[in-house]
Amino acid sequence: MKTWQRFIDSYFLYSFKRDPVAVTSFSIFVFLVVISFMAPVIAPYSPYDTSTIDIMDSEIPPQWMEEGDERFFLGTDNMGRDLFSTLLYGLRTSVVIGIGAVLFQALLGIMVGLTAGYLGGRIDAFLMRIADIQFSIPYLMVAIITSAVFQIAFGVGRFEELALPLLVIIIGISEWPKYARTVRASVLGEKNKEYVEAARVIGLNRRLIVYRHILPNTLTPVLVISTIQVAQAVMSEAALSFLGLGMPITKPSLGSLINAGFEYVFSGSWWITLFPGSLLVTFTLVIILFGDWLRDVLNPKLYKG
Amino acid sequence: MGHLLEVKDLEVTFALRFGDLTAIDGISFTLDKKEKLGLVGESGAGKSVTGFSIINLISKPGYISGGSVMLDGVKLNDLADDEMRKIRGDKISMIFQDPMMTLNPVLTICTQMTETVHAHRNVTKSEAIDIALDKLKKVYIPSPEKRLFQYPHECSGGMRQRIVVAIALLTNPALIIADEPTTALDVTIQAGITDLLSELCETEDMGLILITHDLAVISQVTEKIAVMYAGKIIETGRTEDIIKNPRHPYTKGLIGSLPGGQQMGKRLTQIKGMMPTLTDIPEGCAFHPRCDIGEQICRETTPLLKSVDGEKRLVACHMAGV
Repeated sequence: MKTWQRFIDSYFLYSFKRDPVAVTSFSIFVFLVVISFMAPVIAPYSPYDTSTIDIMDSEIPPQWMEEGDERFFLGTDNMGRDLFSTLLYGLRTSVVIGIGAVLFQALLGIMVGLTAGYLGGRIDAFLMRIADIQFSIPYLMVAIITSAVFQIAFGVGRFEELALPLLVIIIGISEWPKYARTVRASVLGEKNKEYVEAARVIGLNRRLIVYRHILPNTLTPVLVISTIQVAQAVMSEAALSFLGLGMPITKPSLGSLINAGFEYVFSGSWWITLFPGSLLVTFTLVIILFGDWLRDVLNPKLYKG
Repeated sequence: MGHLLEVKDLEVTFALRFGDLTAIDGISFTLDKKEKLGLVGESGAGKSVTGFSIINLISKPGYISGGSVMLDGVKLNDLADDEMRKIRGDKISMIFQDPMMTLNPVLTICTQMTETVHAHRNVTKSEAIDIALDKLKKVYIPSPEKRLFQYPHECSGGMRQRIVVAIALLTNPALIIADEPTTALDVTIQAGITDLLSELCETEDMGLILITHDLAVISQVTEKIAVMYAGKIIETGRTEDIIKNPRHPYTKGLIGSLPGGQQMGKRLTQIKGMMPTLTDIPEGCAFHPRCDIGEQICRETTPLLKSVDGEKRLVACHMAGV
């Protein structure tokens, strides 16, 4: 209760309320996340339930157009799935992958960054060179190799089942050096401060000093890059799925929907690509705008007075 | 009965790229329970390094290159890292200069206090909180129950230094090393903290090493003084004797430069020159380039500590015996 009161009185909330861009983008973000997770309740059809899908319904334009069908609010895709329902489910997949990948890369990156920054010396050099190498390999290449190896090893059927955790790992692995670098830089700044010395004098062991004392003091930049990284991960997922390396077409995500519709754009069925495309843009844009505000408010050097 | 702390011929060396630097060059002193020792000297004289070498926490590339530190008959510089860590914060506590910096800004005072207790005692959470409250009361923090759950930025500077002292007391240490504990505070709060420290020494049965360059503070608190210059103790003895009757020209200079006995409108006296850097300590007596009474012998041989006016008074100066 006390923490809640403290939050209500904080400068953080005060400046949030006074920034219309932050409020708008945060509300849109929350709205999208909520409706995507409530997809099974809201959506009129389930794209996973093949008994409701009829191939004869494919490529029906949105409701308000001449050939529209009032059963399908935003029309249907090339497989006859209701586009509105599919979008909700697809957004949910994208959100799960985005947040999952960020959690994974943050976990990996923070651990590496803390170890490298606190221990220093050769361990630091070694870990940071690994990070550099990882950074220089484009994630597309990692994704292509991983999914190729995986498909050979487990078969295409298994691959479709495991596509989601696999994407989380691929995007996570290709982006962790960002966290490692950020955390390492803050640790280098924090570890010579007197409170760390004081903790050592008290006789605390190394693990307690690093995790209890240094880690919380490095989390501000981590929080800021995390917002950008979620947007980045959602886009990576879309890009991989668009290239056919991500979510299979039977498990809709925003990227695989854009991909599915792409082939039909020139035959006039623009809606299959346009709606998931604009949803993707909106979703990443609100995250980035919110992240921008977060960076401003958490960086004392950028206070606007 | 043995002494609480016995430092003998302690040497600390910093291994740098261009060679070894001796920061502490063979210092010895003893401290008993309830006794308060002041280490005085200019910055760079090796006061803080002495403090850190007692708890064996000299930052790299420094290391203890000779001598011994004995606490209650245990030789500290022979202990393994793990054993030493159990002594730090348990038997020996340290207080630093700036209370703004020594408390972690993102943790509540409660967390920072109880983790110290947990690190050294096998107690439950509520027992640890009771110990913390008890110590906060000992350092006269008003409404400690409220303070305990606040963050450091919610307390004033003097309050924070009291909390730091309370943290140092948590495990009932036998020895407290206070490294310029009042430098960052204003004068009225200074007096409060120094009074508190000397009172606690009596009631808690502790030894205190007070490291400072402030002779006024030292003369109020301590019974013994050791004056350091360029890594050596150059004069030591009872506080009163040294303040009233300094024998080493450096000590004389330090006391002479205090504001006080001068005539109105005249400049304060000062010791001319600067302390030598550790890379080029002069031959012979390290102080001779700045000394008024130096002679040929001072340039050639290093003076050793020898007793003057009775056994407890030691001075390292060729001219002092005269």
